[in-house]
Amino acid sequence: MITALAATLPAAHPATGAAESALVRRVLIGVALAFLAVFLFVPLAFVFFEALKKGWDVYVAAIIEPDAVSAILLTLLVAAIAVPANLVFGVAAAWSIARFSFPGKSVLTTLIDLPFSVSPVISGLIYVLVFGLQGWFGPWLREHDLKVIFAVPGIVLATMFVTFPFVARELIPLMQTQGNEQEEAATVLGAGGWQMFWRVTLPNIKWGLLYGVILCNARAMGEFGAVSVVSGHIRGATNTLPLHVEILYNEYQFAAAFAVASLLALLALVTLALKYVVERRARAAAIPTGESAR
Amino acid sequence: MNASSAGAVFDGAADGGGDRDVRIARTFAADGARILRADAAARHRRRVLPGFGLSLGFTLFYLGLIVLVPLSAAFIKAATMTWPAFVDAISAPRVVASYRLTFGASLGAAMINAAFGLLVAWVLVRYRFPGKRLVDALVDFPFALPTAVAGIALAGLFAPNGWMGQLLVPLGVKVAYTPLGVLVALTFIGLPFVVRTVQPVLEGLPRELEEAATTLGATRLQVFLRVILPVALPALLTGFALAFARAVGEYGSVIFIAGNMPMVSEITPLIIITKLEQYDYAGATAVAVVMLVVSFLLLLAINALQAWTRKRQGGLA
Repeated sequence: MITALAATLPAAHPATGAAESALVRRVLIGVALAFLAVFLFVPLAFVFFEALKKGWDVYVAAIIEPDAVSAILLTLLVAAIAVPANLVFGVAAAWSIARFSFPGKSVLTTLIDLPFSVSPVISGLIYVLVFGLQGWFGPWLREHDLKVIFAVPGIVLATMFVTFPFVARELIPLMQTQGNEQEEAATVLGAGGWQMFWRVTLPNIKWGLLYGVILCNARAMGEFGAVSVVSGHIRGATNTLPLHVEILYNEYQFAAAFAVASLLALLALVTLALKYVVERRARAAAIPTGESAR
Repeated sequence: MNASSAGAVFDGAADGGGDRDVRIARTFAADGARILRADAAARHRRRVLPGFGLSLGFTLFYLGLIVLVPLSAAFIKAATMTWPAFVDAISAPRVVASYRLTFGASLGAAMINAAFGLLVAWVLVRYRFPGKRLVDALVDFPFALPTAVAGIALAGLFAPNGWMGQLLVPLGVKVAYTPLGVLVALTFIGLPFVVRTVQPVLEGLPRELEEAATTLGATRLQVFLRVILPVALPALLTGFALAFARAVGEYGSVIFIAGNMPMVSEITPLIIITKLEQYDYAGATAVAVVMLVVSFLLLLAINALQAWTRKRQGGLA
């Protein structure tokens, strides 16, 4: 018994027994990287390769062409409305849920996550059912010569729906971990509501807030399915960048399609870089960011 | 700090003093408490922090306007259909074939991601290799990349003359424009879920557990199966369910690579789009309601799994 134990002791050292052999380690790293190469690195490289295959001039021409420019502007406009709207909502939702207790709180938290589990196509469909010609407000909108579906307002609404939870789901867990003490202290010391918000709450949540905004913005600019349903694909009018990519691709203008797509891929890379920086800052400030998954 | 705790502090301070001191302290305490209570009541109606009504009111209004009312439109529209018409719309052969493909490919993709996601998370947590931080950051790329871009990139790569397709043609494997293409696209978009749910659990895994098991004579494989896997299981299942739920509704990354042949490579979200383009709003809504019900059930399952993960994690800490 004692000899058996003594024999296993050297093997129990963390450097040997509780870890894999160098060979197993290398094989596992190799398989993991091969998987990521096929599904991540190669597709990423492929977008830029195809975009620049026919040369820099073709690339630039595809991006400064009027339809592409109007798609860029529309995408920026939609994000400029949807992101601030969901930012304000996220702060309000996090304030009510993390700072107060009330009946139905967990139901409310689940409902806020709801848009993430709805298919993008359905996110567009429901707005067609409300504002489309055959929809609830369709006849009224037509009488007043207003258009929501196949127009910019529909694109904005569908984008607001799909990016709805981003800021809220980042802030709720963050503010719950931080607790009420600092804000209560500020209030007891005589700070007004807005004074407390700008001086205490906002500085405490700024990294989590930024994190949520970055993810929200990436999705707002890149949304395809929901926007595709409500847009009508009118060139130069209701075409966002992802929809423009689709049109070019379906017209076999592959170099142009990948050139425009490379802008969106760059946006994704910038998003990841910002996300990485914010995560590090948040950790340095000892403020845990919420769930990063999803 | 609230009124009653202030009173308690005064009461505590009075303990052990003389009778008179106690009486004076009590009076102070009572006065202090009364002032604090009146103050709090006047300003915040027993809640110290302001803004409850405003923030909750706005939250409910915005939630209703953007999410609940439009979503209810789908159910109300479906309710206007007669029952046979509804059943016909959701059980037509072409629609049923699309369910089979959507759910089958989503399940397959989620399973691939569960296996490789666990491996990637393990490699990122336990091993050191050059470029590890870059790899770790890039795992989130499918979250950040617009789905249409993923779609055309994968379609181009796996087309018979593409970088990957060329390698697969001699093997007789066709990916683009077949159900296999759907599987590839859904694997891509589901990739980060399992990695990001399992990674923190593996990071928090106490090494002592593994060392104890090894000391007691377990092989490395036994340690993995009996010690590591059971701890990581709730997170693994959560990641699996998240990847599956995302895949079921996915549209943009799939349609370019799928080929979209009715009965063969047509996903359910595309059925909804096709019906909409034919102005069959009721039919589109009926299929959408089926998808919504599945999504809601998945959301409930994911919530339960996440609660389980937290409980497991709490037990370990």
